[in-house]
Amino acid sequence: MIKRLASGPYLFWLIMFIIVPLLMVFGYSIVQTDSSGNLSVSFSNFARAFDPIYITVLGRSLKIALEATAICLLMGYPMAMILAKMNVKYRTFAVMMFVVPMWMNFLLRTYAWMTILGKNGVLNGILSFFGLPQVQFLYSEGAVLLGMVYNFLPFMVLPIYTVLMKMDSSLIEAAEDLGGNKVTVFSKVILPLSIPGVLSGVSMVFMPAVSTFVISNLLYGGQYMLIGNLIEQQYLVVNDWNFGSAVAMILMALILISMAVMNKVGGDNPEDRGTGLW
Amino acid sequence: MVGKWLKRLYTILMFGFLYAPIAVLAIFSFNDSKSTAKWGGFTFDWYKSLFQNDLIMRSLYYTILVAIIASAISTLIGTFAAFGLYYMKPLKQKVLLNVNSLPILNPDIVTGISLMTLFVALNIKLGLITMILAHVTFCIPYVVLSVLPKFKQMPSEMLEAAMDLGATPWYAFRKVIYPEIKPGIITGALIAFTLSIDDFVISFFNTGSGVSNLSIAIYSMARRGIKPEINALSTLMFITVLILLLILNKRTKIEEI
Repeated sequence: MIKRLASGPYLFWLIMFIIVPLLMVFGYSIVQTDSSGNLSVSFSNFARAFDPIYITVLGRSLKIALEATAICLLMGYPMAMILAKMNVKYRTFAVMMFVVPMWMNFLLRTYAWMTILGKNGVLNGILSFFGLPQVQFLYSEGAVLLGMVYNFLPFMVLPIYTVLMKMDSSLIEAAEDLGGNKVTVFSKVILPLSIPGVLSGVSMVFMPAVSTFVISNLLYGGQYMLIGNLIEQQYLVVNDWNFGSAVAMILMALILISMAVMNKVGGDNPEDRGTGLW
Repeated sequence: MVGKWLKRLYTILMFGFLYAPIAVLAIFSFNDSKSTAKWGGFTFDWYKSLFQNDLIMRSLYYTILVAIIASAISTLIGTFAAFGLYYMKPLKQKVLLNVNSLPILNPDIVTGISLMTLFVALNIKLGLITMILAHVTFCIPYVVLSVLPKFKQMPSEMLEAAMDLGATPWYAFRKVIYPEIKPGIITGALIAFTLSIDDFVISFFNTGSGVSNLSIAIYSMARRGIKPEINALSTLMFITVLILLLILNKRTKIEEI
């Protein structure tokens, strides 16, 4: 009896604040109001999302999120390896120092780049000190990409680091004893064994990158439209909740499908996924 | 030999990349000029005006208020939820845990707009209450996920044993189960608190006029350009985080020994 009572508030909360709101968004996305105010079920909101303008937005979001993920992986993997091989004396401290910026407010981390890249920012200050012409760094696609890499890099490094740390070092020693050189040991032993960490890092970078609207808003300005900006604008500016909901549904499907694919590729061993963030 | 130096250089470059922006903010928080291109002398003015800034001070108050209330409610609901989930039939448990992971997997913006849709439909005025409700919603799943494993580590007959020996269910929960799951509850509460303090996207959609947390205040200020007060604020926040983590690090080390 008490066991059932215990989860009562939780059940209520799940239904009321998770399931019902999502169903409502779904409802909004498949409903259309015509000029006389009549409601009708239609897929026109989804059809509109496949308009060339919005396809560009979708493509741009995917492209920039994939680029950010790739750069994070290229920069983060070596760092994770260095951290994992570091002397125990410094390792805890180094890992902690790597995590500290992540604990800073996300908005402040993004804002920091505004001061550096801005028109009167630090970089331009340095340029003019050397008598070089000013460059418009801020409000460019590169600035958005930089902001993403900066914000999400630790999400890539930590899962890979966790997997590398848990790796059985005797496997690596065995490979070395059997005559594998550094490249072979890495490509045949370390890399394949670290795939779960890589996958979890990839999804932890890709997901926030593809759905962000803050980074693009601050580092590019109003016109740069990613999916996140599109949803935000439809909800808060244009007030077309039906279309906004349809785009949100597409974004949600995109993320859940890519998560499912990741899980499939990574095998079904969730214990190994380096979710050791906490 | 070359590899060792390359590694050091790489580490230095990476840490430089991570800390340079924070260092820049810290340096310019003492700059006696509105521009970040030149140095106008040393000053504490931005710190003074930060503490006189009504918007920021009020946002700080709301941030902490919401974090305390939301983490308390979500820890309470989440802990009892884990208790209920543990004794549930496997299938039902699995279904619920899948729903539980929805807010974790879903992009924040989708969670944000869906809650906003609900509140508007229910005719609840967006403001402090909706912000707290939204925060409780995204915190509960993390509490459940940190408490549930503690139940699974506990010998499964403990509750029955206590009740056979004459304990009321509530007494058994307090005296037998609670000590076992306490570490999970503390972790869950801490995660909930940090998530709530740090949240921007979900709060952004679920707050009304006059109520904003620090993230929203920073966002609305940053959109209008560079504000030296934000530099001062971020320096203070960075120092707070650093000190907290150093203390935490020390404590866990002592516990390990």
